[in-house]
Amino acid sequence: MAEEMKAKLKNYKTAPFDSRFPNQNQTRNCWQNYLDFHRCEKALSAKGDDVSVCQWYRRVYKSLCPISWVTDWDEQWADGTFPGRSELAAPPSPASSVLLPRW
Amino acid sequence: MAAPAQLGLQNAASPIMEELIAFHDHALMIIFLISSLVLYIISLMLTTKLTHTSTMNAQEIEMIWTILPAMILIMIALPSLRILYMTDEFNKPYLTLKAIGHQWYWSYEYSDYEDLAFDSYIMPTYFLEPGEFRLLEVDNRTTLPMEADIRVLISSQDVLHSWAVPSLGVKTDAIPGRLNQAMVASMRPGLYYGQCSEICGSNHSFMPIVLEFIYFQDFEVWASYLYI
Repeated sequence: MAEEMKAKLKNYKTAPFDSRFPNQNQTRNCWQNYLDFHRCEKALSAKGDDVSVCQWYRRVYKSLCPISWVTDWDEQWADGTFPGRSELAAPPSPASSVLLPRW
Repeated sequence: MAAPAQLGLQNAASPIMEELIAFHDHALMIIFLISSLVLYIISLMLTTKLTHTSTMNAQEIEMIWTILPAMILIMIALPSLRILYMTDEFNKPYLTLKAIGHQWYWSYEYSDYEDLAFDSYIMPTYFLEPGEFRLLEVDNRTTLPMEADIRVLISSQDVLHSWAVPSLGVKTDAIPGRLNQAMVASMRPGLYYGQCSEICGSNHSFMPIVLEFIYFQDFEVWASYLYI
């Protein structure tokens, strides 16, 4: 799997179409990939696996998210004040997902 | 860009815009025909000496002037919806460009490989070269490759703006905290001009957009110069 990921990363042109976000509003696409990158790093480093496969999420959020958003979020992450931390702590339960705003 | 006193749409640089121009011609022709017919009938009504004071029913004509407009509306709706769905087609972008509105300039980011970013301010009239366009030129043009699908993500750093390029049929609002996606593709190289299209303060009229479409190989050379 790591080899496939390396090949995908080598051929990376730009963030591909994501069917979870088919519409004009791509805000959630950027946010989700940022979260997924940190979630992936956290999960793989906890298991002691190779974290380089998480680079895919990083390339995608770098393509999609404005640089200023990424800078702010990285600072918040370093300070421990990143607002998405609760989403990273545990997978969302079906009940809590009902309360999330529809993007 | 628009010629002085231009009334119609600008020449299309993308296939979607060509479709929009054709649709506009179709709808406008229908409007002209209906308006001419109505004006002609009014003129007939006002200049006749005939009278008819005992109309009881008019079933046939009522049928005609209900069914015919319904058919005309369908003839307008079908191409319109076709183009609407065409703009939402599944696309495989070659490149992602972020256009961020500020008061009162645009900044562009190309972050697929490195973080390449620059600001694009209006060229003040005093600094224009002969032949350049007043209130439309910028200091740093947004260079893009032609014949490639480009995903543009539009947002704002402060207030509402709108990123519009008429030749490409694009107008998308720049909303703070939101990323709006538009697809852009030019069939030919050239300069395409646009202006901010949402009131955003005193210099709303003075934050234009200039897209410079060039050949692929030249684009790669340009991108390599951007990275310092």
